[in-house]
Amino acid sequence: MRAVPELLGEARFFDGLRPETIELVAGCASNVHFDAGTTIFREGEHADFFYLLRHGSVALETYVPSRGAVMIETIEDGDVLGWSWLFPPYRWHFDARALTAVRATAFDGECLRGKCAADPALGYELVSRFAQTLIQRLQWTRLRLLDVYGHAGEH
Amino acid sequence: MPLTESETAVLEPDALEALVSALRARGYRVLGPMLRDGAIVYDDLSSAADLPIGWTDVQQPGRYRVERREDAARFGYAVGPHSWKRFLLPARLRVWRARRDGDGFEIDGEEAESAPLAFVGVRGCEISAIAIQDRVLLGGRHVDADYAARRDGAFVVAVDCFEPADTCFCVSMGGGPGITAGHDLALSEILDGEHRFLARAGSQRGAELLRALPTRRAATDDVAAAAAAVEAAAGRMTRTVEAGDLRDLLARNLEHPRWEQVAQRCLTCGNCTMVCPTCFCTNVEDVSDLTGMEVERVRIWESCFAVDHSFLHGGSVRQSGRSRYRQWLTHKFGTWHDQFDSSGCVGCGRCIAWCPVGIDVTEELAAIRESDGARG
Amino acid sequence: MPASTELDWPPAGAMVPRPFRVHRRRRETSDTWTLTLEPLAGDGIDPLPGQFTMLYAFGVGEIPVSVSGVTNGLLTHTVRSVGAVSGAICAAKAGAVLGVRGPFGTTWPLAEASGGDVVVVAGGVGLAPLRTAVQSLERTRTAYGEVTLLYGGRTPGDLLFRRELEQLRRRGKLDLDVTVDTAQHGWAGRVGVVPKLISTARFDPGSAVALVCGPEVMMRFAVAALLQRGVAPEHIHLSMERNMQCAVGHCGHCQLGPTLVCRDGPIYRYDELAPLLEVREL
Repeated sequence: MRAVPELLGEARFFDGLRPETIELVAGCASNVHFDAGTTIFREGEHADFFYLLRHGSVALETYVPSRGAVMIETIEDGDVLGWSWLFPPYRWHFDARALTAVRATAFDGECLRGKCAADPALGYELVSRFAQTLIQRLQWTRLRLLDVYGHAGEH
Repeated sequence: MPLTESETAVLEPDALEALVSALRARGYRVLGPMLRDGAIVYDDLSSAADLPIGWTDVQQPGRYRVERREDAARFGYAVGPHSWKRFLLPARLRVWRARRDGDGFEIDGEEAESAPLAFVGVRGCEISAIAIQDRVLLGGRHVDADYAARRDGAFVVAVDCFEPADTCFCVSMGGGPGITAGHDLALSEILDGEHRFLARAGSQRGAELLRALPTRRAATDDVAAAAAAVEAAAGRMTRTVEAGDLRDLLARNLEHPRWEQVAQRCLTCGNCTMVCPTCFCTNVEDVSDLTGMEVERVRIWESCFAVDHSFLHGGSVRQSGRSRYRQWLTHKFGTWHDQFDSSGCVGCGRCIAWCPVGIDVTEELAAIRESDGARG
Repeated sequence: MPASTELDWPPAGAMVPRPFRVHRRRRETSDTWTLTLEPLAGDGIDPLPGQFTMLYAFGVGEIPVSVSGVTNGLLTHTVRSVGAVSGAICAAKAGAVLGVRGPFGTTWPLAEASGGDVVVVAGGVGLAPLRTAVQSLERTRTAYGEVTLLYGGRTPGDLLFRRELEQLRRRGKLDLDVTVDTAQHGWAGRVGVVPKLISTARFDPGSAVALVCGPEVMMRFAVAALLQRGVAPEHIHLSMERNMQCAVGHCGHCQLGPTLVCRDGPIYRYDELAPLLEVREL
């Protein structure tokens, strides 16, 4: 298994960060893996981490009474999973379940929040990257709202 | 006396009867202008007496009236609501018939006998219009066989224009008022002095027909009088269009505020497209009888102003009146160049006269040009 | 004497459908069927990838449908039932006779794409007009670099050609990535939109040619994602639609700005199309 800083240096999400900054971030990170079918986090639980998926696929789900677990979206290699660590109340809004075996880098939320408070420049770098991801996901979600494949008569 | 194609001759007004009879004798269905329902329309001409003798038209935006002339001119008007497309591209045409045959169907190849057409009284703008429709329906990869059949062998007796309407702008669009090509016979009506017609043959069969009519040799003053009348007509155009760069002008002004302004007036009634001699849009409809055993494919005139014209996936691409007016004007004067290598307009002015609210295309174009680049 | 302007003339060649018998009929999804047709007489037609025919249901009407396959002279069409004519076509059982005119239109530029990567982006029923292109790309695989098929649909039940896609995936000659907008129970694949697939697909933007087909909104977003990856606008090709009635450039319905979709399309190059797409209600 390669060292965390080396893996982070290659991640698209951290593109453009200086090596020192990556070291700083790596200080809050550790490599993790999940077997297929494992619940990574549950809705309502304390959001302690966010994950950078290196390999595998994760389903974001929510439980709907009488429908069971409804898959909202899948997250794949290179994607970031979880942003509830950014702002209070630091609680997950959805369930995350490993669809396949998953290898990821987990970032301790409290640790990172501390480092960002001490170093606003780091905070800006992280938050702007998350903002980009959020904007992208929002656009894609809006595209799904349009139901472009639906019948013309339904609109 | 022997005539060559380029020679001219002079006819007396009464000789037009012989012209009509001669065409009939040669098996043509003769079509020409006549006064009916307060307008000069095109229909079957049984004799030269049917012509609108001594009538003229007075046209303004949204206004068309016929008025009596003080002379007995046969062609003393400009153009009416009809154009020759009503015979070349009929408003309703059965394309084929079919009937159910077991699991399948059989299409009936109909062989119908029909007389070739002879058009009497074709204006310069109308010759241009026919040429434009030729390019659309005959000039592409696929040829419209029905149009080709009607067009092939259609005899054209054209007439110089000496009485343009206020709505005319053929000089700007390059198709009149005189006849220069596309005719079998061209007539110039001369009222100056003795009422007579200068006739010019434009084809072999035109020359052959002229030879069969009672004529006398044309003198220099006949030719001069005819030319003078055409020149005077050209000088009386009250409307103009700067036509040279319309394709680019319109292409870069698709969001001009003028479109919204004209949309406030336009009823999207489609009159302009019905009277326009070059508009060619049609609907293809499949209709069946009550038993569902016999069906027909029918081609009928359609207008781009109809909301359903651009129907796609549960809605129309062009829903607003603004977009439909823009489609018509930009197609006629702009994208027609891209599609068919010429302008779609011949300056006949029909759309101006027959628009119920009097929208004037020359004014619309000028307004866009004046604030070229404005965005609404 | 009243004018008789309706005359009967012999049928025009390009406007007369040829009878084709339904050889096989397969249901793809709740509203889409694939029909294989064979001519009653004479040779089959020879459409190129991307072309369409006018399909006629006796007594009901005619619609433009992209060709989704040609094998051994059998013509395949995948039709979505959205109206009277498409409904009648989809209801045609084996042995029924439909009319075919064509083929018409421009084609996917497969020859031009050779030598570089190819990204095929399909949404919903949009996979049907791309099917023959995908088959051709697999057949002449060595002529291209990376070849990727990205396909998105509404739900797993709305995906077309599922078995074929599985076989395609197993043969491994093309990269395949499938996603759905909304998952259903038992779906273990991706849930998300096609532009997301584009943002992470493996291809070299510098040399890649993209073939895109689907609902117009989906194509807009897909093109935005391709452009963001750095694919050149002149290397992106879309399949466009408009109201079509004659398919031979005479009825005027399919105008898209200065073009006629039946003649200058349905396959358009994005750099030429872009200014037209920017104008609403054009």
